[in-house]
Amino acid sequence: MTAHLLVHLLVLLLFAPLLPGVITRTKARFAGRRGAPLLQPYYDLLRLWRKGFVLSRTTTWVFSAGPVVALVVPILAALLLPFGALPAPLSFEGDLILFVYLFALARFFTVAAALDTGSSFEGMGAAREVTFACLAEPTLMFALLVLAKLSGGLSLGTLFGTHLPASWGGAAGPALGLILVCLFVVLLVENSRIPFDDPNTHLELTMIHEVMVLDHSGPAFGMILYGAALKLMVLGSMLVRLALPWNSGVWFLDLLIYLGGLLLLAVLIGVVESIMARLRLVRVPQVLIGTSLVSVFALVLVLR
Amino acid sequence: MSDVNSVILLVVILLNFFTLGSARLVACIRAAALQGALLALLPVTVHGLSGHSLMLATGAFTLKGLFIPWLLLRAIREVRIRREMEPLIGLVPTLFLGVLATVAAFLFADRLPLLLEHQDGLLVPASLATMLTGFLLLMTRRKAITQVVGYLILENGIFIFGVLLSTAMPLVVEAGVLLDLLVAVFVMGIVLNQINREFSTINTERLSALKE
Repeated sequence: MTAHLLVHLLVLLLFAPLLPGVITRTKARFAGRRGAPLLQPYYDLLRLWRKGFVLSRTTTWVFSAGPVVALVVPILAALLLPFGALPAPLSFEGDLILFVYLFALARFFTVAAALDTGSSFEGMGAAREVTFACLAEPTLMFALLVLAKLSGGLSLGTLFGTHLPASWGGAAGPALGLILVCLFVVLLVENSRIPFDDPNTHLELTMIHEVMVLDHSGPAFGMILYGAALKLMVLGSMLVRLALPWNSGVWFLDLLIYLGGLLLLAVLIGVVESIMARLRLVRVPQVLIGTSLVSVFALVLVLR
Repeated sequence: MSDVNSVILLVVILLNFFTLGSARLVACIRAAALQGALLALLPVTVHGLSGHSLMLATGAFTLKGLFIPWLLLRAIREVRIRREMEPLIGLVPTLFLGVLATVAAFLFADRLPLLLEHQDGLLVPASLATMLTGFLLLMTRRKAITQVVGYLILENGIFIFGVLLSTAMPLVVEAGVLLDLLVAVFVMGIVLNQINREFSTINTERLSALKE
């Protein structure tokens, strides 16, 4: 049990920063550049860790709580989620609700920390982030409901359990395909990826997530970056499990399938970011409402 | 994926949502064309390869997938419009209505006394949903050309239903329906040009205003 927990955490903590590296590399390749080394996010984290804190005098403890929660929450959420075919260390009936709202908690603290700086600019980003998060949540919930209906259980371990290959082959295949696409959109929104938000631009009018973390520096900013990478890995795990639902029985092989799937996902995100332009801000809610409706439709397909 | 049919029909339903949610006319027409082209595969996938189904498929493909969309795209170029500016009901509410209509179609199709082999398939609900989508487009849009697209999608829905009956239905009936559609689009094209010339816009709301 303890060994299992340790492996779970080690895989999460060591592998996560590689994913942003792969995304950046894919984008660079698409643009015809060689790109930063794959391990650049690790170097960035080390560099940020060695720096000192710079805190504004107008901020309170809320400002420093934001990054900490943003780092801890994905780790907690990862404990509830099976990694590929490896079972989750922590599992109980109904943990999917906790899973969804853990991320809401992280967002609350990030937004609160942004508002705590008192800058109107950060308030704007906070407002946008909360709006989009509200709209992304129904999609995630309906997608999980579809899985709950298919598996007959209410814990993430059962949802992403061994019934998936049979479901893909059966009558529920189309519904699973729909929620796979919907979850991919949610992944892009939640991790502020390109069609919805660009983590690399610093243009006031279009920034969403980036604007909220501008005032963090040094180790705090490192925690935010690390937390973002962990979040990408945790949400990506759901997609990878849905798309590659095989159980080989050997845990090492399962782990390889899972990690390979994550790398593929990172490449896919890089490709999407390279070939798509950013959506206009007013179009983002429309797209999110669209995906919610599509996942409702997937639920109808499963329920009939 | 269970079989090719349900994948095709699923994409058809998704295209319904897309046309309801999109304000860009070119994208709407392309979606309707893609829908028509996909539906043209249905006679072959449902009834297998035979002279009858192949004829039906090629006829539907050339008309729905190529010719009518080409006519519509040409009409857009003539009257120089790109997008539906203000639909009667906003795009997101229409999308909601569309999903409600789809859900209703599914519920209704489950109540219908169908043959056992059609009971679980997507054919009947998809056809009802597509027809309702066509109605919605016809009702909620102002521009004459989106209404034509709505008419096209309505016909696509009827076509899906027709596929169920196509072994019992002679080819002449299908040909008649397709010809009807073509004539309707032609007439709409001419009417469109007339409206455009009279009012220098193709907003059909103007038609209900009295002129001395």
